[in-house]
Amino acid sequence: MKPHRQFLYAMAVVLAICWLVPIYLVAISALSPKEAATAWPKSLLPTDLTLETLAFFVQYTGVWTAVFNSVVVAVLTMLLAFVLGAPAGYALARYDFAGQTAYRLLIVMTRAFPLAILALPLVTRFISLGLYDTQLGVALVHTALALPFSILVSSSLFMGIPRELEEAAWTLGCSKLQAFRLVVLPLALPGMAATMIFSFVISWNEVFSASVLTLNNRTLTAFLFASLEESPLYFRYAGSFFLILPSLIFIFAVRKYLFSMWGIANR
Amino acid sequence: MSAISIRSIRKEFKGHQALKSIDLEVRDQELCVLLGPSGCGKTTLMRIVAGLETETAGDVLIGGNSVIGLPPRKRNIAMVFQNYAVFPHMTIAENIGFGLRMKKVPDAQLKQQVQEAAAIMHIEHLLDRYAGQLSGGQRQRVAVARALAVKPDVLLMDEPLSNLDALLRLEMRSELKGLLRSIRTTTLYVTHDQTEAMSLADRIAIMHEGQIVQYDVPATVYVRPATRFVGGFIGNPPMNFLSEPETLTALGLQPPVAGATLGIRPEDLELVAEGGLPLRAEVVEMLGASQQVNTRVQGELLRISTQATPTIVHGQALRVSAKTGRALWYDAAGRLLP
Repeated sequence: MKPHRQFLYAMAVVLAICWLVPIYLVAISALSPKEAATAWPKSLLPTDLTLETLAFFVQYTGVWTAVFNSVVVAVLTMLLAFVLGAPAGYALARYDFAGQTAYRLLIVMTRAFPLAILALPLVTRFISLGLYDTQLGVALVHTALALPFSILVSSSLFMGIPRELEEAAWTLGCSKLQAFRLVVLPLALPGMAATMIFSFVISWNEVFSASVLTLNNRTLTAFLFASLEESPLYFRYAGSFFLILPSLIFIFAVRKYLFSMWGIANR
Repeated sequence: MSAISIRSIRKEFKGHQALKSIDLEVRDQELCVLLGPSGCGKTTLMRIVAGLETETAGDVLIGGNSVIGLPPRKRNIAMVFQNYAVFPHMTIAENIGFGLRMKKVPDAQLKQQVQEAAAIMHIEHLLDRYAGQLSGGQRQRVAVARALAVKPDVLLMDEPLSNLDALLRLEMRSELKGLLRSIRTTTLYVTHDQTEAMSLADRIAIMHEGQIVQYDVPATVYVRPATRFVGGFIGNPPMNFLSEPETLTALGLQPPVAGATLGIRPEDLELVAEGGLPLRAEVVEMLGASQQVNTRVQGELLRISTQATPTIVHGQALRVSAKTGRALWYDAAGRLLP
């Protein structure tokens, strides 16, 4: 037991270092004066903290429009992934239908399909449909990216809710819809919220399709990506920090739901 | 009036006949137990009555009206599930009041009915708790209270005691018996536990391979099993079956028709000083009030239940005879001969 635990802790520390060191470096660079970004040798401790660099970043033309676009796209993605993903997950969890295994596999396989190959046909199609360079267009592609996750996680959420609870609700006077609303949904809600926030983060962080499918209505990632070439190092640090922060906060907020769902007493 | 009439109910699962034309009449206020080994279709039959499963053919009437095609909520039934199915995100009071809330019962009345149902099951002190904070026995009580609160026409109970530990099960069983007697609601009760069935039922319907093989009061089911299956299923130890003519003659019995099989309960065999069937005691179990002796005739196991004294020892030679008037005879198909 003891060596096993030690190994676990060691791995956790290694992983934490891998993820945290870059974030830390980005953060102190973003919070240091402009000159510090290019200074050598680099100080690993934040010596003089300032919001100057960040302030410059947020005042830069187009940043707020891009942030606004990102938020709109991410919220749309989150809602679409929920509205489409939850029923699909419920069907997978509760109904026996022909080709269920194949369907499951297909959902996962959509993630394996390289977006780069899809990009050109998508652009031409979106132009003809009038979706090119719109928030909805990007949101649709992001929904496609977030859906597999949304469907599979919500399916396992619903599977964790005993069928008898629903049946008990039916015998006690509920229609199927009422039973879903009064019994299944409240039990699945914490998990569903976590799934939705995940969808949000997936969209918020996505660069490729956002860059390809927009020109003027860029999301923050696409905006930063496009301005990387011509912008100074401190600007990139500030931009990265600005991108990382919401994702971190969101994941931090829902972390407990990712580990502990409702203590379902019947299992 | 809320009798249950089950008429020619059939159920097929992917070509497999789970229920083969079931007919069953449960009288108003009667407690009918569906008893059978697992996989005999008893739970399926109950779920069809509840409306949770769709029958392939046949009709179900509750209080004289067909409920076929109606969703569970329109059948005015209540069901107690094997794993209780207490809603974990509601307090116990909300759980018990759930059915009433769905019926749009006014708040004050709802509160009172919840109190009453909780009082019957002795769980008034738990009303503010959540299911996760309750023991299995307490959750069981909540499930029963929740079913009683809606004052259903028909109460359906699907192995309600099988998840409780042995001691608690005995306690709940006698409490349930008193309760079901006093509320006088027509009840269909599924179990695979024969003791539970014998002690609770007004009438027992014994199911085997998708059919009801006997439907009668507990005493008759025990004393006159309608088929060999029932004799072997009910009773602990089960009934003995013997068919060798020499053995039967030695026991002092004559089959009514040639080739009939004798069915006799272990306690209907007695030890005699002279004559009878000579046997050797193979295993002797002292059960306190009685001794159970396993012997072998022509390679077949024969169980004898006899008084506690004198003590029988392993390997002892015995002489056995049948008590008069206790022999039952079964034909080749396993049916009781008149």
